[in-house]
Amino acid sequence: MENITLGQGGILALLGYAMVFVGLILLMVLTIILGKFFMAIAKKDAAPASAKQEETPAPVVDAPTAPGAAGQLKLYNVEPKTAAMVMAIVADKMGKPINELRFLSIKEVAE
Amino acid sequence: MNIGEILLNLWEKSGFAAATWQNYVMLLIGCVLLYLAIVKKFEPLLLCGIAFGCILTNLPMANMYHQELWTAFMNKEIGYGEIMKSGGLLDFFYIGVKTSIYPCLIFMGVGAMTDFGPLLSNPKSLLLGAAAQMGVFAAFVGAIALGFSGPQAASIGIIGGADGPTAIFLTSKLAPELLGAIAVAAYSYMALIPLIQPPFMKLLTTKEQRKIKMEQTRKVSKAEKIVFPVAVTLFVALLLPDTAPLIGCLMLGNLAKETGVTDRLSDTMQNALMNIVTILLSISVGATMVGSNFLTAETLKIVVLGVVAFILSTCGGLLVGVLMCKLTKGKINPLIGSAGVSAVPMAARVANKEGQKANPANFLLMHAMGPNVAGVIGSAIAAGFLLSIFGA
Repeated sequence: MENITLGQGGILALLGYAMVFVGLILLMVLTIILGKFFMAIAKKDAAPASAKQEETPAPVVDAPTAPGAAGQLKLYNVEPKTAAMVMAIVADKMGKPINELRFLSIKEVAE
Repeated sequence: MNIGEILLNLWEKSGFAAATWQNYVMLLIGCVLLYLAIVKKFEPLLLCGIAFGCILTNLPMANMYHQELWTAFMNKEIGYGEIMKSGGLLDFFYIGVKTSIYPCLIFMGVGAMTDFGPLLSNPKSLLLGAAAQMGVFAAFVGAIALGFSGPQAASIGIIGGADGPTAIFLTSKLAPELLGAIAVAAYSYMALIPLIQPPFMKLLTTKEQRKIKMEQTRKVSKAEKIVFPVAVTLFVALLLPDTAPLIGCLMLGNLAKETGVTDRLSDTMQNALMNIVTILLSISVGATMVGSNFLTAETLKIVVLGVVAFILSTCGGLLVGVLMCKLTKGKINPLIGSAGVSAVPMAARVANKEGQKANPANFLLMHAMGPNVAGVIGSAIAAGFLLSIFGA
């Protein structure tokens, strides 16, 4: 097909555009199926693990540091509840996620 | 022995005497392209090589590239053997373009650098990648209207895919005489995406739509990322066998990245191999910018059709983005549709930037990467379709 008319070109263009859509829609369906399959597997794997955890009580150990936490926070004359509130307020005022901030210590300043 | 005669002889044997006005114009164009690459930073990694290739090929009597050999090759009068025997340095480099080795190896590197996670977590992105191929087919029709042949129009249209390797792959097969103009147009417009796209993003979307914050997508498992490239290769290559070299290399590179057991290969694909092939590809493409071929009205038409293709592709993605926004009741920010034109990751960055202009707390980059990589697959499918129609 060397020389084609404008009409033929228009039909080919519509056909081509439709072909791209069909190809990518089919790929979308394939991707959704793949995603559902792998999510189902992940759920299956997670279910026995959590059941196992329920059966045997976890040994009492110091709670591990939360992911993204930057070390320990020292509190001076401050209740943990109050400290949590202070940290939440600071994060909110700064407009940053709390796990991106590092609090070293919180101290009550007596007047 | 006459000194005057010697000097005259030297002058006659020099390039200065042999150069035509086309040579000088092309040398000037080469210098302008170098300026754009170095000073304006227009895709410098590629444009630098293209510009220098253009300068080298237009040096008279240097015999680095032989257009006549390749014309004879296209007419099936000679084979690679004759080119190896009579060709210059740039002819040897150009064999890699002609055999599609360079675009495919570049795609391998692109695959090794691409994270399909955003696409896998939001498969609807593929629709935006498809919609953003509108410019390819609109420019194809436009090129036919302007008097180009079918294969030439197909090569011009693929500029709208905003994917350099795909454009080079298709053009080297269908219309090698237009390779220089098409490659320069494609890479120049890709560099100009931050200027080309925003006015149309504002035109086709409301401020409220641009402000939309998208929800965080789900986490994609490693197994899913490993299976995806294999599944895509099998599916797309079975659907359109002509896309197999591009999609196969893209997905092989991605598989090497995701498996976790071929880190050395992935590293080579992303860095050393990619850099080497970029050098060879850019010089070879520049070599095709021979004055007699390039300084024609066709080049001007290609430049105009190229920008139209880019704009229409952007509009196609945006319009389907707006439609998806309405259908999902405002869960999708239509700006991510513009990233469907490929040009990874520049188009996604532009979508993110425009989103942040409307709402500074808006982070669309990861959401825009989905349509962005979908656009790469979409333009490969479009190229495969055009190749299956116009290929030998």
